Parts: sequence; structure tokens; C-alpha cells
Amino acid sequence: MSEQLLQLLFSGLTLGSIYALMALALVTTFNISGVMNLAQGEFAAIGALLAVTLSGAGIPLPASFAAAVIMVAAAGGIMERAAIHPARGASGLTLILITIGLSISLRGLALLVWGTDTYSLPPFSRGGPLFIGGAALNLQSLWVMGLVAAAVTGLHFFLNGTYTGKAVKASVINRTGARLVGINVGTVSFWAFVGSGALGAAAGIFIAPIAMAVYDMGFMLGIKGFVAAAIGGLNNAAGAVLGGLLLGVLEAYGAGLVSSGLKDAFAIIVLMSILLVRPEGILGALGERKI
Amino acid sequence: MKKLIRNKGILLLVILVLAVGLLAAGCGGEETSGSGGEPYRIGAVVDISGNSSSLGIPERDTLLMLVEELNAKGGIDGYPVELTILDNKSDETEAVMAVKKLIQKDVLVVLGCSASGTSMAMIDSVQKAEVPMISMAAASSIVEPASQRKWIFKTAQSDIVTAENIVQYLKEKGLTKVAFLYMNNAYGDGGKTAFAAAAGEQGIEIVTEEKFEAGDKDMTPQLTRVKASGAQATIIWAIPPSASIVTKNYRDLGLSMPLIHSHGVGNDKFIELAQGAAEGVILPIGKLTVADQIPDEDPQKQVLQEYIAQYQAKYGMPPVSFGGYAADAFNLAVNAIAKAGRNRGAIRDELEKTNGFVGISGVFNMNREDHNGLGADSMVLVEIKDGRWQLLQ
Amino acid sequence: MKPAAGWEKTCSVFIFRGVMKDGYEHGRQERGVSMKGKGNYLVIALVLLLFVLPLVVDSNYILSVLIIMGLYTIVVQGLGILMGYAGQVSLGHAAFFGLGAYSVAVLTTRLSWPEVFALLGAAVVPGIIAAVIGRPTLKLRELYLAMGTLGFGLLVHIGFNEAHSLTGGPSGMSGIPYLTLGHLVLDTDFKFYYLVWAVVLLVMLVIKNLTASRTGRALRAVSESEYAAESVGIDTAGLKLKAMVFSAVLAGLAGGLYAYYVTFVSPATFGFHASVQFVLMAVVGGPGTLAGPAAGAALVVALGEFLRWLIPLIIPGAGGEYEIIFFGLILAVVMVLCPRGLGTISSYFPRFSGEGSTKPAGVLPDIKDKGGIP
Repeated sequence: MSEQLLQLLFSGLTLGSIYALMALALVTTFNISGVMNLAQGEFAAIGALLAVTLSGAGIPLPASFAAAVIMVAAAGGIMERAAIHPARGASGLTLILITIGLSISLRGLALLVWGTDTYSLPPFSRGGPLFIGGAALNLQSLWVMGLVAAAVTGLHFFLNGTYTGKAVKASVINRTGARLVGINVGTVSFWAFVGSGALGAAAGIFIAPIAMAVYDMGFMLGIKGFVAAAIGGLNNAAGAVLGGLLLGVLEAYGAGLVSSGLKDAFAIIVLMSILLVRPEGILGALGERKI
Repeated sequence: MKKLIRNKGILLLVILVLAVGLLAAGCGGEETSGSGGEPYRIGAVVDISGNSSSLGIPERDTLLMLVEELNAKGGIDGYPVELTILDNKSDETEAVMAVKKLIQKDVLVVLGCSASGTSMAMIDSVQKAEVPMISMAAASSIVEPASQRKWIFKTAQSDIVTAENIVQYLKEKGLTKVAFLYMNNAYGDGGKTAFAAAAGEQGIEIVTEEKFEAGDKDMTPQLTRVKASGAQATIIWAIPPSASIVTKNYRDLGLSMPLIHSHGVGNDKFIELAQGAAEGVILPIGKLTVADQIPDEDPQKQVLQEYIAQYQAKYGMPPVSFGGYAADAFNLAVNAIAKAGRNRGAIRDELEKTNGFVGISGVFNMNREDHNGLGADSMVLVEIKDGRWQLLQ
Repeated sequence: MKPAAGWEKTCSVFIFRGVMKDGYEHGRQERGVSMKGKGNYLVIALVLLLFVLPLVVDSNYILSVLIIMGLYTIVVQGLGILMGYAGQVSLGHAAFFGLGAYSVAVLTTRLSWPEVFALLGAAVVPGIIAAVIGRPTLKLRELYLAMGTLGFGLLVHIGFNEAHSLTGGPSGMSGIPYLTLGHLVLDTDFKFYYLVWAVVLLVMLVIKNLTASRTGRALRAVSESEYAAESVGIDTAGLKLKAMVFSAVLAGLAGGLYAYYVTFVSPATFGFHASVQFVLMAVVGGPGTLAGPAAGAALVVALGEFLRWLIPLIIPGAGGEYEIIFFGLILAVVMVLCPRGLGTISSYFPRFSGEGSTKPAGVLPDIKDKGGIP
């Protein structure tokens, strides 16, 4: 039994790390630019598919990963300039709908280029799963968890340790104030999209060996990331990671111990109860913005 | 009063939209092939985009190839066949709207859809209009109960055929306790019902029954329950990519009992995505996939090889089973039209009388009670060895 | 329907007075200019067009497109009230639509209820569920509310899949009978068309009078500022709940009609995609206006059909992929260029706009800059 519980925990943390990456990118963009970017999942899908194509063309894996990340980051930037920037004065819901429209288009584009076939990437490191306490832990899961840790650490260092990061933080805390001291808030928003494009693509590439890559994978990823972000508190990066991990672990235990058909329901019910008790999310604080 | 003026704008907009919509609707939106005087009209509703597009695209390609070939040969009795293919976007509502459009065009037969859900949605419309329909989907409920499916036929092997083949294998190997995992959609659901029925008849016990969503990324939790259940074999009813993921998880967990899949994984993509984990997987499959391995005396051998060669020549890749379902549906329809002429009722009667028709998916023998007409011998068991399909003797 | 009983009373009083005297006047309180203008003729022309269409157009296909448009219009009208007037977003409205459809399916095939009663059930069941979940859910704000309604939608969808013995699971339910009203069996598109559009017109009439009533003004106050509304003594929580129940009842009614029309239901139709589509229709049309939802539903459905016809002409051999791309792009462009919905497009042209500078009614929940500015 304890072996099964441990196995479920591993499985849950793997899933949770995937959701956490999505939630992290969502929350960062949301706080910096005020846009809940539901096309975030598409960044992951296109990043993974690009990496598959590039590595399939004979480019070494690390180089094709880097190229895919850069291309998607650029796409994120273009998207911000073309669609988000012109509508920056609109309400939050309008902006969400713009991103839904864009995500539909990106999905169609991916369908056009890659078709409905599913692709996979080879695992980053060779070898079978690790066995810890009788439970198997896939090596690729460690890579995904590592990316989460790296992203959180990198973000923390950037925001607190660099001049640019402090400017970003300033414009998150108080847009008007930041503008008054000469920070170009629009540029900050642009770079937020570039960054979330890069993070999304990296996430897609890292999870592809586990979860495969297919043109419509972004949809569920985006939704789960949104759920995780809302649970953690929309204005909190640590909350996003926590929300993601919690969602993954809940799903795993739900499927393993309750019922596999009701696992999503189980996770949603627990999460909605959290929301009802703490409508601002676990780590969120109403009326306050931070990262 | 600004509101009033705005409303006027809206009204104009509504009228404009209606006008444009009607224009579009009137002009149609279909891929039509075949021309010439007095053509025989056949309609098809295929899942070309959306979730089931991996089924629908090879079906569309096969249909386009066959109609082109038929018309090049002079059509039916010198009259060309006009085939209208509509996309239902893997959506039930779209399927109903599309089939109504076809009926409006006076098609003699409707082919479709690719998936069970979309096929089921169209049944009522075609029955009401008394148009014969040939589905290319798996669920047996599409043609059963026969008393309520007068106008409906189908070409894909029913779940029950697959289930019988699996149960037969289990019985031969003396395995009596099995774990059953399935995808939580119409395909997996139909498989579960069919397998439970077939297993029950032969005294095989399902010790645990688990499901997963089509988009799930990790099925380890479900497999931990399988591991603890004391099953002697595992049966999985799913299609890639989730079927590949669950197979990988299965191997990662170190489960060593026999793993049996359904025909839903019968394409190379499954093996590729499972990255080696598919080795040793056993599954029942239509003969198309192992056409080169089946004995020469098999009645289907020639038909299969011709279809493969033709498809390979046109599209540069080997066909998949879904294309075979479409080919059978098209040929059955053409056959029936050749015998019955332009009468929908007579075409239906001819379809029901189909006997000894050698198709891609098997030899069809239909009757009043059976509108599928395929038996257990329409499938063979294969094992995946060295990344290839190996016929089991 | 119970919780909305108060509204019903208000409505029924206004229905006849409203239509007879004021034509297309929207928002009685804003009457300051003569209403007997072109607006009236347009309404009459449109209604006539709707009435005559099936008589001149002999195509089941066009009728079925128009029927689907009508059904979606009913849903989006309710959603428009919730979003445009009460200022609350719902990303789970397909659940209510589905609950209505499944109510009809279950009540007729499993319990053999008479069809008309089953249709009532289709309106009542989602209404009751909305009343139950409404109060806790509506406490959530903005994106959290979006999240909460999304969760609700997913839960209901899972319920359709899992309640096998009741709903038939993922394979769905077939064998739903035709709707019978007295001796009239609605078994053709032609008959169904008239039923659906009669319901649409009735719903619009009810909403027109509702929004012109005291309740409507109170609702609009809530959407402008909840705190301000509360401070003048409006029961904002109660109003939002009523709006939620009302929109759920309409969605359920449309769902019930959908089940009678297609005579087949399966969970796939009522997923998150459908919810998003409803929100898009509402927003594209402009929530908080009367004709907006109809325009939005018509536009989204017609656009889909139009693209399906147009794209193969421009790009030979093109499949559904291009449609998806263009569809998404068009939606994004619409939202970028006129974020308050196409329904408000005329206000962008000075010639049409009146002298007033009132903010268009389609005020969406604003989630930007919360607490950001000191």
C-alpha cells in the first residue's frame, strides 16, 4: 500500500510539474501585462512540435530545442504587438477572448503544418526508471521538475537581483508609478510575452518525451494551467507552482484511490472548495499584485 | 437614445449576416467530384477536422481516389458518380447539419461518419428521410438493434468481433483473470461493453476495470491498481497517443503479464510513440496491416494487395485500416447502386442482401439481423516484434 | 423556474404593452426621442423575413442552419443578461445547455414523460441547479468566477460521461421522440423552424421588457458598480443569482429543444468548447443589448458555414485547418477592433452616433489594474 501511495505521489508530481510550468507562465504574464493568456498552451504545443521537426531534420537535439524556444518566444512577442498591444485598454475578459481567438488560430496553424499525427521526442537521458522505495520514477520526470525549479529560481533572481527585473516588478506593483519614473510599461508587457513564449516552448519540449506532442495538446494544458494558477492565487508565482503540484497530486490520488473516471471531478471539487473558502487562492491576496 | 441607434446597427448586421449565411449555404461548401450527365449522387460525411481527423483524413483520401478511378472507368453503367464529401469537424451537431444538406441534394446513399458518436447522431435523420447509410465506425450500437436500424449499415468490424478474438486468445492461454483499461469515450465504452459480454460467456473474470481520458498524460495511477489486482493479463482499449502513453507507463512500472490491445492501435504511430514499449503487445487487427503475411489462399489477399498498391501509388504511403473502411463502404454502395439503380429503397434492400462480398475489412455477409456482416475471421491476432506487426499462428 | 417567478410577473405585464406601443424601443427609461422611426420598420421587416424564409427557401440545410442559430440565440440571450447586465461571466454555460438536453433525453426515454412536460423539465432542472450553485459561485469575482464556472462546466460534463445508467455514458443517448404539441408532431425542419424562432422572439420580448423594468435598471447598476448599487439599497447578490437562474433556464430550454431537434445527445456536444463558443457569441454580438446575442449567434454560425464554402474556392484542396485559422483570427480581430462587440459597431461612425456619450451597455467585468493605481 505504501508503495502504491509513493508511486501515486511520483506520478502526481510529474503531472503537477507540467501544470506548474503552465501556471507559472500564465501568472507571470498576467501580472506583468494584465492579460490571462489562454494561448499559453499553444506555445507549449508549437514549441514541442518545432523541436520534433528540427531534430527530425538532423539538427542536434540541444540546438533544435534552443531554436524552437527562440522561435516561439519571437512568436509570443509578435502576438503581443499585433493583438494585445492595440487592445490594451480593453477589459480583462475582452483580452482573454482575444487570446482564445489566437489560440484557435495557432491550433489551426499547427494542424496545417503538422497534421493530426502525434509525435514524440526521445527522453533527455537514457536508462529505465529509478526505483525508490519500490516505486518507479521516470528520469524525464526529474527533468520536468528540474525545469520548474530552474524557472522559479531564475524568475526570483531576475526580479530581485537585476535592474531590469526591478523595473518589471515596479510596473507590476504600480503601473502609473512605474511610468512616472520612466519605465516603459508597454515594453515590459512585450517582454513578458516573449518570456512566456520561451517558457511555454521549453515546457512543451520537456514534457514531450512523457506526454507526446500533438497539435491540440495545448488546449488541455492551458486549461489545467489556468486552474492551477487560480488555485494558487493569480498574483503569486509560488502559488502557481503550488497550485500546479497540488492539482497533479490530487489527480493522481483521485485516479489511484478513488475512481479513475472521477479523478478530474475529484480534483475539481477539492479545488473549488479551496476557492470557496479562500476566493483569492491559497497564496493570493486580493487587491494586491506581486510576482 | 444612443442605444436605439446602436440597435439599428445590430439589426442591419443581423440582416447582412443572414444574407451572407444564406448565400454561403446556397452555394454549398463541399468537395464535389465527378461530372457529366445524370450522375449517380453519393454523399459522405467524414470527420476530416477535429478530434477524429486521424480517422477521417485517410477515409477522405480513399474515397477521392476510388471515385476518380471509377469515373475514369466510365462510372456505373456509363453514368458518372458524383461524390459529395462534407466535413463534420468531429462534431455531432455538424454531422446532423451536414447529412441534412446531403439529403437535400438527393444523394442515393450516405457514407459516414468516421467515429461512433458522429455516426450515431446522423441515424435519426437518414432513417426519417429513408436514405441508406453506411457508417465507417466501430460501435456495434450503430447497427443494433437491427429492428430500429432499417437503413443503417456499417463496414468497420464491430467491437464484438475484436472482443471475441481477444477472449479466444485468453482462453487458449488459460488466462482467466484480467484487468481491463479503457479510454473514456464512445470507443472505449463500446469496447468495455463488448468485452464484458464476451468474457462473461467464457468465464473470464474482469478483476479490475479502469479508465483514462483521451488527453491524459500519465496513467500510472490506474496501473498501480492493476498491479495490485492480481490479474493474469491486461487488456487496454484505446487509441494513440494515450494508448502509447499507457503502454510506456506499463513497462516503466515493470508489469510483466501479457498486454493485449484493441484494434484501435493498429497503426505504426502507436509503435513509434511507445518508443520500444510496444514490443510484445498482442492485438487483433484487420488483415490490411499484415496483408503480406497472410496466406495466399486467403480470399482477401488479392483485394488487399490491390488496394495497398493503388493507395501507395497515389499518396506515397501505405493505407491504414480507416481507409479500408471507407473503401468497403464506397464499393458496397456502388455495387448496390449498380444492381438497384436510382431507388433508395431498392439500394437498401441490395445492401442487406450483400453476400460473400470480399472487402478490405473482411468478407461481408449481411442479412436482416446483421447489418455489419463481418465475423470473427475478419480479424487476425498479431504480436509486435522488432517494431513490426507479426502474424500469430 | 420558481426563483424567477417575480420576474415572470413583471414581464407578463410588459410584454404586450411593450411590443404594441414601443416597437423596438430599448430601455424605456431612456426614452427621450421618438421611437417611431426606421427601427420599427426594420423589426417588422426582420420578423417578416424570418416568417417568410421557410416558405420561399426550399432547403432543409438552410433551415437546419437557421434552427441552430435560433437555439444558440436563446442561450446567448440568457448569457447576455448575465454578462451584460449583471456583469458576471460564465465559462460553463454549455453545462446548462447540456442539462436541458439530457433532461429531455432522460425524461422521455427513461421515464416516458409526455414531451411537453419533459421540455418544462429541461428549463426547470438547470434553473434549480443554477439556484443551488449560484450563491457560492457568484461570491467569486472576475477571473476566479471564470474559473469557478469553468469548473462547474467540467463537473457536469464528467457527470454526463460517468452517470452511465442514466445518460448512456460517452456513447450518448438516442431514441428521443419528436416534440408533440397536441396533434402537431414537430418532425420536420420546417415545423421545428417556426417553433424555435417563435421561442426566440418570445424570449427577446421577455428580455426587452425585463431590461426596461425596475429589475433591469437595478441589474445594470450592478454591472456598472456593485458597491454603488448596494449603497442605494439594491440586493446585488439576489439580483446576480436571479440573472444566473434566468440564463440557466434559457440555456436549458434551448438544450431541451436541441434534444428534440437532433434526437440524439452525447457529452461531446456540451464540453468547454461549447461554453467558449457561447461566450464568444455573446461578446461578439455585444452583451447587454437586445439584438446583440442574436447577431452574435448568427454571425458565429454563419461565419463557420461561410468559411467552409469560401476557403476551398480561394485555396483549392484546403481542409478544415484553414477554417480554424481564419475563424480564430477573425474573432481576435473583432475583439481587437471593437472590444464591446460588433453590435456596437455603429457607434464608431460619427454619422450614426447620437449626441450622448453614454458608455455602451455591454460593460464587461474589468479585471485590469485592480489595486494597481493608488
